[in-house]
Amino acid sequence: MTAEQIIFLLVAFFTLGSGFMVVTTRNLIHAALWLIATLFGVAVIFALLDAGFLAVVQVVVYIGAIAILFIFAVMLTRKDMRDQGPQMNRNWWFGALISVLTFGGLYFLLQGWNGLSKTAADIPSGFDAVGELGNALVSPNAYVLPFEVASVLLVAALVGAVYVAFNWK
Amino acid sequence: MSQWLYIGLFFVVGLIIPIGAIGVAWILGPKKPNPIKQTTYECGMETVGDSWVQFKAQYYIFALVFLIFDVETVFLFPWAVKLGQLGLFAVIEGIIFILILIVGLVYTWRKGMLEWA
Amino acid sequence: MDFLQDPLKIAADWLLGIFTGWGMPEIAAQVLIGFLGVLILLSALMVLDIFLVWVERKVVSRFQDRIGPNRVGPFGLIQPLADIIKLLIKEDTTPEGADRVVYNIAPLLSMMSVLILWAIVPLAPTMLGVDLNVGALYLIAAGAIGTLSIIMAGWASNNKYALIGAFRQVAVMVSFEIPMLTVLLIPTIFAGSMGMSAITQNQDIWYVWITPLGALIFLIAAIAELGRAPFDMGEAESELVSGYNIEYSGMKFGMFYAGELLHAFTFGGFWAILFFGGYRFFGLEQVSAFLAVAVVVFKAMIGYWIIMWIKYTLLRIRIDHMLAFNWKFLTPLAFVLLMVTALLNALLADAASWFYISIMFLSNVLLGWISLEVARVYSRRQREKVEGPKVVEVAHH
Repeated sequence: MTAEQIIFLLVAFFTLGSGFMVVTTRNLIHAALWLIATLFGVAVIFALLDAGFLAVVQVVVYIGAIAILFIFAVMLTRKDMRDQGPQMNRNWWFGALISVLTFGGLYFLLQGWNGLSKTAADIPSGFDAVGELGNALVSPNAYVLPFEVASVLLVAALVGAVYVAFNWK
Repeated sequence: MSQWLYIGLFFVVGLIIPIGAIGVAWILGPKKPNPIKQTTYECGMETVGDSWVQFKAQYYIFALVFLIFDVETVFLFPWAVKLGQLGLFAVIEGIIFILILIVGLVYTWRKGMLEWA
Repeated sequence: MDFLQDPLKIAADWLLGIFTGWGMPEIAAQVLIGFLGVLILLSALMVLDIFLVWVERKVVSRFQDRIGPNRVGPFGLIQPLADIIKLLIKEDTTPEGADRVVYNIAPLLSMMSVLILWAIVPLAPTMLGVDLNVGALYLIAAGAIGTLSIIMAGWASNNKYALIGAFRQVAVMVSFEIPMLTVLLIPTIFAGSMGMSAITQNQDIWYVWITPLGALIFLIAAIAELGRAPFDMGEAESELVSGYNIEYSGMKFGMFYAGELLHAFTFGGFWAILFFGGYRFFGLEQVSAFLAVAVVVFKAMIGYWIIMWIKYTLLRIRIDHMLAFNWKFLTPLAFVLLMVTALLNALLADAASWFYISIMFLSNVLLGWISLEVARVYSRRQREKVEGPKVVEVAHH
C-alpha cells in the first residue's frame, strides 16, 4: 500500500464517518457541523485527485456559504438551539429504501466498469486545469451556453428565494 | 500531489501550534472551578432563560443572497485566468454573465430584501 | 552568493543529506523536512505575533496621545512576554451549559485559519511556500474556516452576547466576501493566473496604479473580513461586551486575540502582494532572498499600519448601515469595476504601456468619482424622505 492509499483510506473513513454522524446525531447544529466535516473530507479527496480548483471551490462554496446558510436556517427555525427533537419522521423507511437502492444500483453499474482496476494516466506537467476550464467555459463550441444559462439559473434561484422569503415575512 | 501535501502540513502544524499553546496553559493554569465562576457572563442581571435570542430573518436572507453571488464569482475565476488570451468575445460573454446577475441584485433590492427591518 | 539567492533549497538539500545518511527513505525525509520548514515558518510567525501585540498597543497609544507600554524593558518591549505569562497561568473556565467539544475546537480553528494563509505567501522569488495555482480562492477558503470558527464559538458559549456577536460578525464577513472575491478577479485578469507568485512576478508596474479602486475595495473588504473597527460589530465592546469570544479566558481567548492581530498583518501582506508588488522593489529581490523577505514584511507592516490607522480613527458603523453599504454600494461598484477593467484590458491589449496605465488609472478615478456622486444623490434623497426638502434660509434684515 502506498502512502497515498493510506491517506485516501483515512480521509474516506473520516468522510463516511462524519456523514454517518450527520444523520445519527440528535442535535441539529451538531449535524450541521458534522456535515461541514464531511464536505471538508470531500475537498481533501478532490485535492488528492489533483483537482485543486474543485477542492478550493468545495471549501469556498460548501463550507463558506452553504454550511453557514444551513446553520442560519437551523437557528431561524428552531426555538431552542439545543433541540433534541425526534430524529425520524414517518417517511424514514422511504429514505432508507432509496439509499439502499442507490447504493445497489451504483454497485451493479460499477461492477461492469473496468476503470476501477486501472491506474489513472499522469497529468502532463504544465497542464493548466483552471485555464482549460476557462477556455471551455467561453469557447462557442464548448460550454458558453451552459455558462450563460448558469447565470440565469442563479438569478432564478435568487428570485425564488426572495419570493419565498418575502411572502413568509 | 506534493503541493497539496505541503498544504496538508500547514493544516497540521496550524493545528499543532494552538493545541500546544492551550495545552501548556492547561498544564500551568490553576483549575478551581466553582458554580459561581462558571455562570454565564452577564454585565447586569443574571441571564433570564436560555441563550436563545430572537434570530432576525434578515441574516438568513443575506446569507442566501451571498450564496448566489459566491457561486457566481467562483464561476468567473476560470474566465478571468484565460481572459488575456481570449479576446473581446470572451470579455463580452463574461459581462453578459455579470449583467444577468446584477439584474438579480436589483430585483432583491427593489423587493426591499436588502433592508434591515 | 548561492546561499543568499536560494537559502531554502540549500538548507533542504543539506538536511536531506543528513536524514538519508541516517537510513531514512528519501520520501519520508522530504516530508520531515517539509514539516520542519512549515514548523519554523509558523513558529516565526507566532513570535512575530507576540511582537505585534506590542506594536498594536504602542501605535494605538500614539494615536490617542498616550505613551503606551513603557515600564517593562526598553520601550516596554518585554510587555508582551509578561502578557503571555499572564495568559498561560490564568485559569481556563468553561461556562456551564457550553458545548464543550465545539467550544474547545473554535479557538483552534480560528488560529489555524490564519496560519494556513501563509502557505501561499511568496516571501521571495525562491521562497514560495506552495505556489498554488488557485491562490486567490484559497485565500477565501481559509476565510471560510475563520467564519466557521466564529459561529462555533458564538453558539457553543451559551451566551446571548456571544451568539448575537457571532451572528453579526458572520453576516458582515460573508457579505463583504463578495466584493473581495470580485476585486480578486482583477489581479487575476492582469496576471493571467490566480497564483500569488505569478501575480507578484507580473507586477512590473504595481497593480495599484492600474486598479487603485480595486486596491481600495480590497482593503475595505479585508477590514470587514478581519472584523476590525469600523466593522467590529461582532465585538462591539460597548453593547456586546466583546461578542463571540466573551466566554473565553486564558490562552483560548489569547488564540482569538493573537489570531486577529496576525490576521490583520497577513491581510496587510496580501494587500501588498496583490497590489504593491509583493517582494519586488526595484530589483532588490534579485540581490538576495533575505532582502526580498525584508521587503515583503516591510510592505505587510505598512499595510497593517494602515489597517490600524483606520481602526483607531473611525467609529463603529451600525450593522444595518454596514450591510447596506456593502450590498447597495460596494458590491455593485466592484462588479462595475470588474466589467470596466475586463473591457478596457481587452480593448487596450495592443496599446503602449504608458497609455494603458494612464487610461486604466483615469477610468478608476472616474468610476470612483461617479459612484461617490451617485451615493451622494441617493443619500440626499433618502434624507429628504425623512426630514423633507431642505429649506434654504433666506437672510432677513
